[in-house]
Amino acid sequence: MGNDEEQSLSTQPHRRSVSVRVVGFVGGWIFKKLHGIGSAVTFVYSILSLIFRRPFQFNLLVRQLLLVGVNSLPVVLVSGIFTGMVLATQGYHQLKDLSAEGSVGRFVSVSVVKELGPMVTAFILAGRIGASITAELGTMKVTEQIDALEVMATSPIKYLVVPRFVACAIMLPLLTTFSIVFGIAGGYFTSVYILPFKMNGRFFLEQARTYIFISSVVVSLIKSSTFGMAIASVGCYKGFTISSAGGAEGVGKATTGSAVTSLIAILILDFVLNHVLYTIW
Amino acid sequence: MIHVENLWKRFGDKAVLKGLNLHIPRGETSIVIGRSGCGKSVLLKLVTGLMQPDGGEIRIDGEPISNVKDLNRIRRKIGMLFQSAALFDSMTVEENVGFMLSQHTNLSKREIEGIVAEKLHLVDLDGVQKLRPAELSGGMRKRVGLARAIAFNPEVILYDEPTTGLDPITGSEINRLIRNLHAKLKVTSVVVTHDMDSAFSVGTRMAMIHAGQVIASGSLDEIRMIDNAILQQFISE
Repeated sequence: MGNDEEQSLSTQPHRRSVSVRVVGFVGGWIFKKLHGIGSAVTFVYSILSLIFRRPFQFNLLVRQLLLVGVNSLPVVLVSGIFTGMVLATQGYHQLKDLSAEGSVGRFVSVSVVKELGPMVTAFILAGRIGASITAELGTMKVTEQIDALEVMATSPIKYLVVPRFVACAIMLPLLTTFSIVFGIAGGYFTSVYILPFKMNGRFFLEQARTYIFISSVVVSLIKSSTFGMAIASVGCYKGFTISSAGGAEGVGKATTGSAVTSLIAILILDFVLNHVLYTIW
Repeated sequence: MIHVENLWKRFGDKAVLKGLNLHIPRGETSIVIGRSGCGKSVLLKLVTGLMQPDGGEIRIDGEPISNVKDLNRIRRKIGMLFQSAALFDSMTVEENVGFMLSQHTNLSKREIEGIVAEKLHLVDLDGVQKLRPAELSGGMRKRVGLARAIAFNPEVILYDEPTTGLDPITGSEINRLIRNLHAKLKVTSVVVTHDMDSAFSVGTRMAMIHAGQVIASGSLDEIRMIDNAILQQFISE
């Protein structure tokens, strides 16, 4: 008994120091994450507060519109077509078991308009544009180019971030529209010419017309514009917060982190916006 | 011109500047020397407002930069040559040198091109306007950085390690350019370096930072006479 007591007394300080260390570690981790969220929110607030402030640099915006929009169009179109084709194939096999293969047109068009059009486009842009924004701004950060902008009395957020943010907010809905149109076209082609069912083309389009509501299209475009803002914000924030001493390794890590964070942000935003917007409409 | 009073700067637990005091007189070329990591470049970042001090005050022309509402108004008086030149990769030499003019004036493209050519001539670089930074050698990049720093006719030019990474001949050319610019433009210059050849070649005054404070300052002759072992070891190496 006496020995047990002695033993427990002797291990108490050790246990306490371990628990203090664990609490310290967890507390430090939470503090670091909260600090990160706080600085990201401040960053987005600075972007929003500078969008409508002069000078408006339309040449920079046009350059970004081309980079984000025009250059991404081919990959968005190809992915849109194949998304529609895969949906039609999968939809046919699932619906056939329920003897509802005639609803493939409805299945494809509703899925593409409500979810897959905006999501696939946003995923592609997160990998293509978000990562490249981080790499470009991160390289500028480690080579002191962003410091040089500031010393030359030019706001780096106004000059570098705002054009990218606005371009993504404008171009994502446009690219999503193309993705939706080509997705439905892919589904149409597969249903009418490839599947054994050989659906009547007019019937496919009739279903699409009946089940695509204006509200669904509007929600999709609002979602994709929000995804665009998220991709640009994450991409720019990750680039701006690279440590100057991080070098090429820091840029590489931030670029990967940017793509992953954007994808997670898109998924969370999709859930929240679906919940909110479809409740409103 | 520039007054630094009781300046403190910490990075985590480590204090780099510990109550540093420094006066940069107008029209002089002041050299700031010190060992690597002593806070020389940090001092320049604090003077330009790129970093915020943890304590103390910096005044430029009597205005404390931490309280000034429009910091960019003060920054327009400053030109800076970065250690890596920090030229914008995506722009040509002409766009780099003319950047401040295109951002902060209503000058026409032709007028800006004229000023850019004039500034490039001052740094002995004619006819490189259409090249991109990736096509330039290290010395040329520094010279373009110098032309960009003087393009807006600044009152103060800050040089962060102007000769680091250059061969001795190119380094001497940069030193000559700094002397020539000082003579022609009559500006106040602050040169941060640990290259003593460069320091004695371009400077009129010198200050040494050690352990977060200025341990010696004065004219070049006065500096040679100060009885401080660390300073004398540093300038004689």
